[in-house]
Formats: sequence, C-alpha cells, structure tokens
Amino acid sequence: MAKTPATYDTYLAEHREFEKGLPTQRPEWLERTRERALSRFRELGFPTARRGNEAWKYTNVAPIANASFSYPLNGASQVEPADLTGIAPWDDTWINLVFVNGRYSQALSGGQAAPDGARVTSLGAAIAADGGVIEEHLAQHATFEHDGFTALNTAFIRDGALVHLPDGEPLQSPLHLIFVTTDSGQPAVTYPRTLVVAGAHSKVTVVETYVSLSATPNFTNAVTEIVVGDGAQVEHYRLLLESADAFHVGTSRVYQGRDSTFASTSFARGVAIGRHDLRVLLDAPGSSCLLRGLYVTSGTQHMDNYLNIDHAKPHTTSRLKYKGILDGASRAVFGGMVLVRPGAVKADAQQTDKNLILSDEAELDSKPGLEIYADDVQCGHGATAGSIAEDAMFYMRSRGLDSETATAYLIRGFASEITDAIDLEPVRACVEAAILGALPRIQAGRGS
Amino acid sequence: MNARSETRNQPLLEVRNLHVSAGGVEILKGLDLSVNLGAVHAIMGPNGSGKSTLTNVLAGRPDYEVTEGKVLYGGRDLLAMAPDERAREGVFLAFQYPVELPGVRNREFLRAALDAVREHRGLQKLSVREFNKLHEEKAGEVEMDPDLIKRSVNEGFSGGEKKRNEILQMTVLDPTLALLDETDSGLDIDALQTVARGVNKFRSPSKAIVLVTHYQRILNYITPDHVHVLIEGRIVKSGGSELAHELESKGYEWVKKTVQSGSEVGV
Repeated sequence: MAKTPATYDTYLAEHREFEKGLPTQRPEWLERTRERALSRFRELGFPTARRGNEAWKYTNVAPIANASFSYPLNGASQVEPADLTGIAPWDDTWINLVFVNGRYSQALSGGQAAPDGARVTSLGAAIAADGGVIEEHLAQHATFEHDGFTALNTAFIRDGALVHLPDGEPLQSPLHLIFVTTDSGQPAVTYPRTLVVAGAHSKVTVVETYVSLSATPNFTNAVTEIVVGDGAQVEHYRLLLESADAFHVGTSRVYQGRDSTFASTSFARGVAIGRHDLRVLLDAPGSSCLLRGLYVTSGTQHMDNYLNIDHAKPHTTSRLKYKGILDGASRAVFGGMVLVRPGAVKADAQQTDKNLILSDEAELDSKPGLEIYADDVQCGHGATAGSIAEDAMFYMRSRGLDSETATAYLIRGFASEITDAIDLEPVRACVEAAILGALPRIQAGRGS
Repeated sequence: MNARSETRNQPLLEVRNLHVSAGGVEILKGLDLSVNLGAVHAIMGPNGSGKSTLTNVLAGRPDYEVTEGKVLYGGRDLLAMAPDERAREGVFLAFQYPVELPGVRNREFLRAALDAVREHRGLQKLSVREFNKLHEEKAGEVEMDPDLIKRSVNEGFSGGEKKRNEILQMTVLDPTLALLDETDSGLDIDALQTVARGVNKFRSPSKAIVLVTHYQRILNYITPDHVHVLIEGRIVKSGGSELAHELESKGYEWVKKTVQSGSEVGV
C-alpha cells in the first residue's frame, strides 16, 4: 500500500464538498460505486512507487501527487463559444457537446441534434432520467481495483458524456465531446468521464478533445469507456490539446464484441506530464482494432502512451501504429503490450512505434511487448528512433528551402502517415497545425 | 548581385585549384574549370575520379572539406554560401541518387522551392493556379506519370522516374547553372531521350550546364561545347565534343597514357 501524502487529504476534503453538491435523488448503485472508488483511492493513492511497477516505470507522477489542485464546481460562465473554435476543431454540422471543468454546458453545446433513438447527452442528466444502460456499463470496463487515477475519477463521477446508439443505428454525423478547463485562479483538477455504448451493428465517429483556456498547470484525470457491440464500427479520435504546462492522465477502456471494429487516432500535443493509457479487449471472434497515435513533445515535457491489447478470443486482429516527434529535453514513453490469451488462435497483431528525435537531449523509452499463450498466431512489433536525415535536408536545401522550412516539411512528412489517415478534415487541419505549434524552437526558427 | 546581370565575357563559374577531401581522403587535387553562360560542359571520367564530388561541392553538400582553392559564381565566393542560398542564386544540382522524402508531396515541395527562389529574385509568387499550370506543362515535357506528382517526393519511384523528376524540378525552378550528376546512369533509352530533350530545351544563352557522366551515351543526345576528362581529381584533358567520341573508342586508359607520357593537354 502506498504511503499517503498530505495532498491526498485535499482530494478527500474536496470529495466531501462534492458530495454536498450532489442531487438529493441519487441512484444507489452509483452511490456505492463512488464510495468503493473513493476508499480504493485512499488505499492506492497515485502510482508514485516506480520499482516493480512496470506500468509506471518511466513516468514519474510525483509532481502530480505532491501538488495541490482545487476542484472547481463550475466555470461555464467564463467560456465563450469563440474561445473553443479557436483551439479545438469545430464543425457546426457535427453534434457538439461541451463540458466545462467536467460539467455539461448546454449553452456552449450545439450543432446537430442527435437522431431519434440515439442518446447523446450529459451523463449527469441521463443518470437522473434512466440509469439502465449506464448502470450496466459505467465503471465496468474501466475498473479501479488497481488504478488510483481511475479510482479517483470514479469517486468524482457526477457528469460527463453519454453516447448510446441502439442496435442497428448508424449515426452519420460525427460526435464531438469537448472537455474544457478554465482558469480558476489556481491549479485545478477535473474529472471528465465518457461512456460510449454502440449497439450491435451501429456505427459512430466520436471525437474527444481536451483543451484548456488557461496556462495554469491544471490536472485533467479523464476516463473513457467504449463498448463496441457485435458488428458495430466505432471510429474514435482523442486530441490532447491542453496547455503546455498541464498535467493530463487519460484512461480509455474499449470492449469489443463479435466482428466489431474499433479505429482510434490519439494525438497528444506535449504537456508537462501526459499519459494516455488505452486498453482494448478483443473479447469475441472477428473483432479488430486499429490504433494510431502521434505525440509531439518539447522543452521538459513528458508524454507516456501505455497501450494494451488483449486478444482474448480466436480470430482477433490488432494494428498499432504510433509515431513520436521529440524536441528539447523532452521525454516520451511508449509501452505497447499485446497479450494473446490461451486458445486465441489465429490472432494477428502488429505494432510499430517510430520516433523522430530533433534534439540530443530528448529521450525516448519505447517498449513494445508481446505475451503469447496461443499457437498459430501472427504477431510482430518494431520500434525505431532517428534524427532528421542529413541527405534529405541537403536535398531540400539544394532546392532553395532554408533549413527551418525544410525541417518543418520533414516533420510534417514524418507525421503524415498518421495525419493523412484522419478522415475528418477539421481534425486533420487542427492536428497538422498543432504539430508545429508544439515545437516552439522549430517554429521560432521559421520566423512565423 | 545577381549572376544573370554579369557581363558575358566574365565566366559564370570559375573553379580555381580546387582541393577537396572527404573523410580525410583527398578527392579533388587542384581542379580548374571555367564555365561561360550559354555553354554546356561535359565532365567525363572513370569511377572514383571525383566527378560527383565536384558537383556536390558546388551545390554545397556538407560532407566535404575544401582544403584549398576557390570557386567564383558570378564573381562571388560560391563556397561561402549556404546550399539553399546557392539554389536561390540559381545553382541547381540534379542528383545522381535523388532522395526520397516520405510524406512530403511533390507538388507542394516544388511550389515551396519555387516560392523561395522567386522571392529571392524579387519576383511575385505564383498563384496556386499559375503554379499548377506551369507544373503540369513541365511535367508533360518530361513525360512524368501524373499519378507520381501527387505522391511523396521520389518515394517508390523507379530510377528513371526519379531522374525525370530531377529534370522537372530543374525546368520549374529555372536555374542559371545546372549541374547534372550522372543523370544518365541507370536510364533506359526512352528515359534517356526524354531527359536529354529536357536538358536541350533548357539550354540557352542565359544558362550554363555542367554535365557529369561516366558514359559517352548521353552525349549522343546532348552535344556539349566542351568535354573535360577528370582523372584522379584533376582535369587532365579538355577538348570539343569530338573528345567524347575519341574517349568512347579508346577508353580512359588512353587518356591516362597520353597524360603520363607528357603529351600536351588540349584546352
């Protein structure tokens, strides 16, 4: 059991305040879940112990554990729609849900309405109205028994995003969930929570975007659960666009049914400490996932992508393709664990992690891993790290481009394997701009 | 000062007693070469004679060390310029082994390069439409497969396609001095003819071309004004286009022997 730093008392005190603010009518199942999660957080704390802790071996969370964050109860009134369109992808034809400090904002949300049958709404409102599908799935996939961050998020469940598609209902319009943190005068913590349940043979595109409207080192502790029903197709984007000094720990848990497909693109613009822990459970034959990612770090930033793919059943397929761009004295961690369980024959798993290192001081820990307990499987992995090729640089300069412009082209070219695969044009444009935006040294060199 | 504004009687390019090393080994050992506007110079030589080193040093490749001598371009010290500055001043190197640039689109790359070159020359940037029209026209001239234009620079191109792309870039960027580094090697006869056509079209009184080759073959399609034989880092023999044919029939050994036996080196 971890020692409890004094700062944990702050979370407990904030939780008492949080409980006072809850509606008087509250479902008992949720009450119990929150209580269990809080008590588990008390026991676990944050994973500050590094020794023997594979999942957190290369990421030091002490700066988060030792800092004190206030829990903002509101902040929606500070936000104008124009604040969001400038920093997040935006399209009026999408279904847009905006959450300020974890709470749904009706005033800021908009765009298309969800079609009949589909529920795209505030999780808080949905819990109050009808718990059915929520009770069935919430906190069932993102379990908190071994994870202090998820336990803390779960203890603070009050609102968030609910997406529920009935069987056989494709949703044409992309769904955009934007989680905004505001400036509350001091570092604040928020607990965004998302539940996506895609019924059998349904289809949906979900974009999750995290932005901050302040340079304060806020802490976002986000948890997302996605259930991909039999034959369903979910396309998922996760954009971490918070301020350069933010702390962000994101946990995504994906459960896949028979013949379902899950495609995700995770983009992380560097923050002080960033982590995305994505776990996909391929729990039925014919299920497949394609996980793409791009991370860009500079200065003293730290970004950790921790990915687990669990081939639990036969005939399951996974593709994992991540790329990183590292500058300054930043550090990136890539952990890609593929597990093929006994009996999961014909599992097919490939993963790669490629990195472009722009500075001698940047550091990368790339750990692809395979654990295979079944015969007749196809699995492969590879990791690379390299700097900008001198011959490519000379070639571009010999055509008249100065070295800064050439560098920018080569960086974008490196990222294009991921960015070109983004089908949503506003997302692609936003990510492409954010890449160079995350590299102040390169951008300054270009004089723009 | 623009190279183009120089008077015709001053050479565009003047290489004097150039000594160049790479990795501590001297490759060029006192090379002299004078190139006037309007002229096409062919530099021929066996493998390892320093042909590619010459063109690469002139273009500014960083792997080489100039230990002695100087290079004037339009009267200015070429070696003091960064590679991109040389390009903007009108020097173009067609690479022997064009580099693949994954994820960098051909058309976007060339447009950025042309913007940089035109800006330097005090010309307006072309609009997207104007550029596309120019690009399409020049691509047609070198018979580039239109599909390739949309792809990443040189990625997955065949040897011949890469060389066509080099000539396409040359004709779009419109340099003053074109350095062609074994552009003919590895080309089938169709590609060779296309490339030669591109070079001949480019040839003009306001341009100069230095064409480096191992084989005489390309000189059947491009008639040089001057032919130089480069052996062991020095130009040992110079002449008119007939020298190329003589080399073809007699071989480099013949030149080595005549030089060693003290025969006059023609100019």
